[in-house]
Amino acid sequence: MPEWLLVLLIVVLKATLVSLGLLTTFAYMTLVERRLLARMQIRHGPNRVGFQGLLQPLADAVKSIFKEDIIVKNADKLVFLLAPVISVMAALTAFAIIPAGPAGSFFGEDPWVFDLDVGVLFVLAMTSMGVYGIFLGGWASGSKYPLLGGLRSSAQMISYELGMGLSILGLLMLVGDTNLRSIVEWQAANGAIIIFQSLAFVTFLISSFAETNRTPFDLPEAEQELVAGYLTEYSSIKWALFQMAEYINMITASALMATLFFGGYKGPAFLDAIIPGISSWPFVWFILKIAAFLFLFIWVRATLPRLRYDQLQRFGWKILFPIALFNTMFTAFYLAFFPNAPLWILGLLELGFVALWLAFSSRPAKEVLSTRAPMGGD
Amino acid sequence: MSVLEIAKGMGITLSKLFQKPVTISYPEQPAQLKPRFRGRHVLTRHTGTGLEKCIGCSLCAAACPAYAIYVEAAENDPRDPVSPGERYAKVYEINMLRCIFCGMCEEACPTGAVVLGNEFEMADYRYGDFVYGKQDMLVGTQGSKPQRREAKKYKKAVKMGFQVTVRPELEGVKYLASREVSS
Ligand code: SF4
Ligand code: SF4
Repeated sequence: MPEWLLVLLIVVLKATLVSLGLLTTFAYMTLVERRLLARMQIRHGPNRVGFQGLLQPLADAVKSIFKEDIIVKNADKLVFLLAPVISVMAALTAFAIIPAGPAGSFFGEDPWVFDLDVGVLFVLAMTSMGVYGIFLGGWASGSKYPLLGGLRSSAQMISYELGMGLSILGLLMLVGDTNLRSIVEWQAANGAIIIFQSLAFVTFLISSFAETNRTPFDLPEAEQELVAGYLTEYSSIKWALFQMAEYINMITASALMATLFFGGYKGPAFLDAIIPGISSWPFVWFILKIAAFLFLFIWVRATLPRLRYDQLQRFGWKILFPIALFNTMFTAFYLAFFPNAPLWILGLLELGFVALWLAFSSRPAKEVLSTRAPMGGD
Repeated sequence: MSVLEIAKGMGITLSKLFQKPVTISYPEQPAQLKPRFRGRHVLTRHTGTGLEKCIGCSLCAAACPAYAIYVEAAENDPRDPVSPGERYAKVYEINMLRCIFCGMCEEACPTGAVVLGNEFEMADYRYGDFVYGKQDMLVGTQGSKPQRREAKKYKKAVKMGFQVTVRPELEGVKYLASREVSS
């Protein structure tokens, strides 16, 4: 067998594994999410299908596959069919680049599907492609609510994309490389980036919530105003594909946060003193970190109510965007004018900014409602 | 929204995660009903004589907002009376599909004959089976029609899915504390 064919086969195999893994995770995420949400609301949650409801995702899958697949009359058929596929494809592709362990740790192969020097940019680009799925889906449905929902979500995702991109600029300046593996290795050498870029992490976290359309930013699915947003006309497997894309985006966002800010696939180095080499075990730390972030996503969903649309846009453009921009400028300033100063001072300053932001956010908001009559478009 | 408030809220949801759920896993665990729960009607009897309290006056049917009750009265045979009055209800039917369990019949009844009990597990397959006759509601009948049908088929005791303290109006009605009631 020629060398290139072997490489190709291995890559295809890894891609299949990643897809299967993500799909299983998605299926069980729905179960875990429902159980956790239920427990946080002092209920049981789904516990009937199989032991403790463990077969529920299977039942859901069978149900959504065999449901009647409706294509509404006014729909643009091709685009209508294509939209969920675009969503899922973008979501899956984005995840494939994230390294899950050190090179050669996956049965002698590298634990990532492909490796690009523009890693971070690629992930950002791919996750933004998801907007096309949502927007095209809303447009191709040929009815009003999906169109509004699609418009809303694209506006939302584009607004928060900016904040997201800007919040990692500081990080990129620190590391000096966009390759995800270099970022992880830099962190292994210098300490997790969350220490030096806490402000950036906060903005990144909030933008990821908005990017993945999760509560409190799940406006596209605001049932009260928009039925089900861009999903309204979708049924059966196409609906399931959109759900899948949303959950995979969530997993990708978690993986990205873990990789960019929390040392990626490397575990905490001090554990090496107890069990030597534990910090560079592949997969374990990566999966643990993703799980922690996924729990955070669910936890927030159980707690926070949804923002109003104008609040969402105001928050994105007037608060998140300037802060992310400030963080970029500040980090650039620090790195340019004090190239020899230790990095922990930068970390301290960033922490100070976070505290300042918290203090300001805790002031009771005076404006809104009293001064401003509600308008039709809100 | 201030961050402190968000943190407080997150704390609450997290603490609830470790609390025991309040949901009752109903068919396996009995539901605890309130004593004044209004369920399937019971036609009571006089305790001493054992005569039916109902005198067939149709006041309940008149009071019923859902027109769920049908009463057909007949003269009592003085030598072998069914009820202490002049007349008794030869046919007494309640359509449980129409009934809204409002309790108006109980309020209207001059003799306290029809009382709303606690049984509620009446789901069935045919419209006709929802019309409950005297034999389905007189004191001593345990369980709803489908429950009794099932108990007969499998030769088991009627299984009730609830616990309740019985009200005094339901003279002679006993729901055994254990959930097994002999049919
Ligand atoms: S409970 Fe109400 S609806 Fe039902 S039979 Fe009595 S009066 Fe009619
Ligand atoms: S149940 Fe009461 S109100 Fe109804 S017919 Fe009998 S005695 Fe009259």
